[in-house]
Amino acid sequence: MVEKHTIIVTVLNSIGVLARVSGLLSQRGYNIESIIGAPTEDPNVYKISLVVEESDEHIEQIIKQLNKLIDTVRVMDISHKDNYIVREYIILKLEVKEKNRTDLFHLMQVFKANPIDVATDHVIMELAGTPRKIDRFIEMVRPYGIQEYIRSGEFAMAEYQLPKKGENKNGD
Amino acid sequence: MNGAEILIDGLKREGVDTIFGYPGGVVIPIFDVLYSTKDIKFLLTRHEQGATHAADGYARSTGKVGVCLITSGPGATNTITGIATAKLDSSPIVVISGQVATGNIGTDAFQETDMVGLTRSICKHNYLVKDVGDLPRIIKEAFYIARTGRPGPVSIDIPVDVANAKLKNYSYPETVSLPGYKPANKGNNGQVKKLADALAHAQKPLLYTGGGIISAGATDKLLQLIDKTQIPVVVTLMGLGSVPFDHPCFLGMPGMHGRVAANKALVDCDLLIAVGVRFDDRITGPRHTFATQATVAHIDIDPAEIGKNVKTDIPIVGDAKTVLQQLIEKVNPRSKNSWNERTEFWKEKYPLSYKNNGNDSVNPQYVIERLNEFVNDDSIIVTDVGQHQMWSALYCQYRHPRKFLSSGGLGTMGFGLPAAMGAAVANPDTQVVCISGDGGIQMNIQELATCAINRIPVKVIVLNNAFLGMVRQWQDLFWDKRYAQVCLQRGTDCPDECHGPSGNCPPQYLPDLVKVAEANGMAGYRAKTKAEVDEVLKKGLAEEGPVLMEFFVNREENVFPMVSAGKPLSDMMMGD
Repeated sequence: MVEKHTIIVTVLNSIGVLARVSGLLSQRGYNIESIIGAPTEDPNVYKISLVVEESDEHIEQIIKQLNKLIDTVRVMDISHKDNYIVREYIILKLEVKEKNRTDLFHLMQVFKANPIDVATDHVIMELAGTPRKIDRFIEMVRPYGIQEYIRSGEFAMAEYQLPKKGENKNGD
Repeated sequence: MNGAEILIDGLKREGVDTIFGYPGGVVIPIFDVLYSTKDIKFLLTRHEQGATHAADGYARSTGKVGVCLITSGPGATNTITGIATAKLDSSPIVVISGQVATGNIGTDAFQETDMVGLTRSICKHNYLVKDVGDLPRIIKEAFYIARTGRPGPVSIDIPVDVANAKLKNYSYPETVSLPGYKPANKGNNGQVKKLADALAHAQKPLLYTGGGIISAGATDKLLQLIDKTQIPVVVTLMGLGSVPFDHPCFLGMPGMHGRVAANKALVDCDLLIAVGVRFDDRITGPRHTFATQATVAHIDIDPAEIGKNVKTDIPIVGDAKTVLQQLIEKVNPRSKNSWNERTEFWKEKYPLSYKNNGNDSVNPQYVIERLNEFVNDDSIIVTDVGQHQMWSALYCQYRHPRKFLSSGGLGTMGFGLPAAMGAAVANPDTQVVCISGDGGIQMNIQELATCAINRIPVKVIVLNNAFLGMVRQWQDLFWDKRYAQVCLQRGTDCPDECHGPSGNCPPQYLPDLVKVAEANGMAGYRAKTKAEVDEVLKKGLAEEGPVLMEFFVNREENVFPMVSAGKPLSDMMMGD
């Protein structure tokens, strides 16, 4: 079954590691929907969150290939695990007319979206939440006239303590 | 010490005795250190691709890491084919390239190419050394990564300023710390037990083994397992030599040009025990048609290979040698049953055969059959890629691992001669024979000079049919004999569609390979008739130094058996 998977890759913070991860996926013909790489609490470690839409077989192969990279410490497919907190962030610019503004602000309140810049003809706002909530918000504000938005892509954190580095690395 | 001195010291500590390579501007500092280094032999090839394949041949024939050293830019890009060849066949090499100074990286400087970017998808791991302080660790890691786990090529790119930079307090690390790299060793006991149980219940078990057996040094264990269980075995191109060709349980190489018995056994088996193989499409045919009746067990050190191409029922991640030992301890002895009899019947019923025209023309297979009489069990046979490669795989009489070297995964024409050269340098007391075609030999023919000048005694056999034979075979069988651009006599003056030789053809064989050999200061012999074959082999193989033996063989001989691309293994063409 083809569905979206969010995969968190913990890697050593080495030269070109993001290119290794993204290159590996494109090299094997998989499409990346989103990819974020950022430093973590450990300066030696970098976390890459990626979203791919593939069949279960392909996801298994992606995970194994990612694990094979020398710099990869851990790969977690969190798509089917509810003990993960998954978030996404969006900045969105809307065209807004005088008459719509109150409605829009009401909607923003419901979604807990923050206004960042309010002008006579547009509003820029930010929102963090589950990817589903972000999708829903975009859907709701679309009638106002979206000028531009940028999404961060998904990132996630486990609620529990993860196993130590290197464990489970080889699928045994 | 500076970076160059640290590099050479590190190589010595890793046991490197030979480097293949080619100098250039940014690697002068390293070559300068090598110039006065006694313990490492440097072999100057005539092309960087030759150096890479030579390092690969050195590695395949010894199991040790092969090393090549080349310059930036074109030097680096010339190694790409060699690196990819080593990657696809899991051969441990370390490729050290020079790079422009760190301050010039990214400016499109003279002879700058992004080596790390270029090699990312074709090597096991790669490094750009940005700080001389990292160099000792990187050398240590590179060799460790290349030779452990599933072996493979590692590239180290060293900018010229790093090679020149001084490092105080140099010490070579004793160990590596790679939290993301833990090659598997022992197989899961429960899974091994499951496999042993499956074997106890199987009526038609079959072993399918490959290059992983040789990499792991698991040949003895494999033979012990076969001894205890009498399971018939098929061996891939990469694994040839791990089971002696005349072993009663050996059914031959399977796949597109596999032996009939081997393919029939794959189709019919009810338990397939795959060890150190990767279910390559040249073996399986369409994946959904492969071993459909069998429970599939797959033992491999690389978890990513398990289930990649064929659904696996019993996956076992581990080193082939260790897991086979575990399996030997757990399996019950098994004696031959009707399945063994059937496989033996197939072997007898479908022997290798080719049609001799009865005249004095030379069948390429005949040359290899005769060669078998002139080599010994210790001889190393290195092939190039094409028809002659398949005939070699089918007709050579291999008895030991690391004695049959061939570019399997990438199928690199031009591999043969330089790889044979590397193998000969690594095994100075061993007879090394390179079997090539008239196409392949010309792809790295410049290395004849390297062999001649260094007295590297490679015995080169060229089966000359004046065709790019393997492609011609496909055109013959599947493209209505439209021999588009496979005739090596063809020139732009030829008619668009050629219907066979005419009086206007250019001289039949160009270049004259015997003259090429002689021009390179080595002996050259030629056989045009069957009667001359033995004589040429005898004279050529008796030469002390390198030699080239050319055999004019039947132009349109095809390799059989054959399974067409896209057809299942059950659908074999036998030829005449």
